Amino acid sequence: MEWVQTIAVVLDSAVRLSVPLLCAALAGLWSERAGIVDIGLEGKMLIAAFASAVAAFATGSAWAGLGAGILASVMLALVHGFAAITWRGNQIVSGVAINMLAAGLTVILGNAWYGQGGRTPALEGPARFPDLTLPLGTWAREHVPVVGTFYDEVVSGHAAPVYLAFGCLLLTALVLKRTRFGLRLRAVGENPAAVDTAGISVAGLRYGAVIICGALCGLGGTYLAVSQSAGFLPHMTAGKGFIALAAVIFANWRPWPALGACLLFGLLDAVAIRLQGVIMPGLGQVPVQAIQALPYLMTVILLAGFIGKSTPPKASGLPYVKER
Amino acid sequence: MSAAPIDLPRWANAGLVPLVSVAAALLVAGLVVIGIGESPLEATTLLLRGALGSAEGVSFTLYYTTNFIFTGLAVAVAFHAGLFNIGGEGQATIAGIFVALACLWLAPLPGILLVPLAILAAAAGGALYGFIPGWLQATRGSHVVITTIMFNFIAATLSVYLLVEVIGKPGSMQAETPEFARHAILTPMHELLAPLGLKLPATPLNSAFLLALAALVAVWALIYRSRLGYAIRTVGANPRAAAYAGISPARIIMVAMAISGALAGGLAVNEVMGVQHRLLLDFTAGYGFVGIAVALMGRGHPVGVGLAALLFGVLYQGGAELSFDKPSITRDMVVVIGGVIILFAGALDGLFRRVVASGLRFGSAR
Repeated sequence: MEWVQTIAVVLDSAVRLSVPLLCAALAGLWSERAGIVDIGLEGKMLIAAFASAVAAFATGSAWAGLGAGILASVMLALVHGFAAITWRGNQIVSGVAINMLAAGLTVILGNAWYGQGGRTPALEGPARFPDLTLPLGTWAREHVPVVGTFYDEVVSGHAAPVYLAFGCLLLTALVLKRTRFGLRLRAVGENPAAVDTAGISVAGLRYGAVIICGALCGLGGTYLAVSQSAGFLPHMTAGKGFIALAAVIFANWRPWPALGACLLFGLLDAVAIRLQGVIMPGLGQVPVQAIQALPYLMTVILLAGFIGKSTPPKASGLPYVKER
Repeated sequence: MSAAPIDLPRWANAGLVPLVSVAAALLVAGLVVIGIGESPLEATTLLLRGALGSAEGVSFTLYYTTNFIFTGLAVAVAFHAGLFNIGGEGQATIAGIFVALACLWLAPLPGILLVPLAILAAAAGGALYGFIPGWLQATRGSHVVITTIMFNFIAATLSVYLLVEVIGKPGSMQAETPEFARHAILTPMHELLAPLGLKLPATPLNSAFLLALAALVAVWALIYRSRLGYAIRTVGANPRAAAYAGISPARIIMVAMAISGALAGGLAVNEVMGVQHRLLLDFTAGYGFVGIAVALMGRGHPVGVGLAALLFGVLYQGGAELSFDKPSITRDMVVVIGGVIILFAGALDGLFRRVVASGLRFGSAR
């Protein structure tokens, strides 16, 4: 039964690695379903990672870190909203600006405050999220074959933000599909003029989406700094915001497929880490970089319509102008 | 894209609006400096002295300016075609690989052949890597923005793979190629100007700077004085009208992206052939992204791009000197300023046009 254990361990690390992707992908999904293109997911996660590490270190509480992370990320999201919604600016340009702003600010402030080359001091004890053990884990491992091992290894034993992220996935799917707010929000991404005609504020809905997007990026960034690592490292998001963007495209802007895409990309990452330096019979050393490049490559191929067809929200990226 | 454009005189649009947004961006940077407990005035003095106070400082400034001219022009040419090329980093990375291969493989050739061939290789590598996203947008409908973002990462992983596994120097701790032969590199400026009796301190500034100046003129001629440039601007302004006029938008998109990528390749010429004399990992160091700020600030016009590149050259060199004296103000400040300029001169353009318009109205009413 050793292979069950091996698969379970790889899946466990895949779940851990896919959580920041899932948060950012859900964030991008909210924003883009409302018609606001957001390539600033990376920057928002980065600033959240920094703010959460700073706050968790200062207060000694991981939850305070989460609050600060979400706050910082929402502030940047509002900057994006102000440019994209109120001033009808180019949303791509604004997203690039936010990424650069976050990349620069976090290092400067971190360096000025702690003098460790942009790192924040290591977080210990309650300043990090502890791993939560779900009930019956050991019992299940002993008494239920295979499923028990998976339950104990993959489902149980994660930190609170992981379960929060999956909760957000459920909520996102539910709210977008089943509530009035969700319907209106999707409508504003497809045909804002129709929403406007119905007497509902386009700007209001879009600001709502942008704020939710910020909060979700905040959760993802906080997870990186306060749960996965013990503090902030410069540029620690390392392109995760862009992989999340790829996941949104992969999922055709739908929540459950987004989970699938994030788990797939997380799994690729986990496999790449595990295969580092491993000699495969017949293949020689596995080029880990090829596996790392796969999500990007797959996205390019998918977008080009060589596999399946991607249908983004119709009004995405277009500022809404009320007719006079 | 923008609603109800605000009418401004041409000089205000081309000069005043970018100036106001840059001033506002520098003000924000000043606030950050205050926020970390330093004096912005002192920082500005140190920065300007470091960048312009000595022949060495000026040389370094112009060396950085070279990089920003290339990446700024790359973004600007794509802008004229209505495209947003975020892939400067990736295109320069691929160009760097091409340059390195040319310099290493063609080393038996004499310098007079090798150097132009290597520069052409850089342009070809960048052009190819810009052309593919253009081709995908023109024929398959995938957006250049997303494709170029993904291409940046693909280029980065490719260069890691090549440098670590294939063309890396054996036995080196760092991921790098062997050093190029002496005749495969660009002449440093202090050697170039020595026969003219000009004595410059030894700095990374090299003949790629002259190439950058030539690129500014060439892009100006291309965009404003050639048939192709006219087609590019027409497609950028209105692809449908262009199609009616017999211009193929698909073809122009591909051509513009290839030219844009070739210009981004200039970054590799300066850094790899001119300064490092070998291929290193991550030599692009974010210059491609700052190029977006340069192009937005320069309003896509080569004169504006040149001035904006100079400003960023000053900020980069001055920032390096500043961080010696004030370790808390690292060079990342330039990234922040770049980001704020992109936000102000790009995304919040409408706001700043409104501000300038009301300022002008107030001025003329008095």
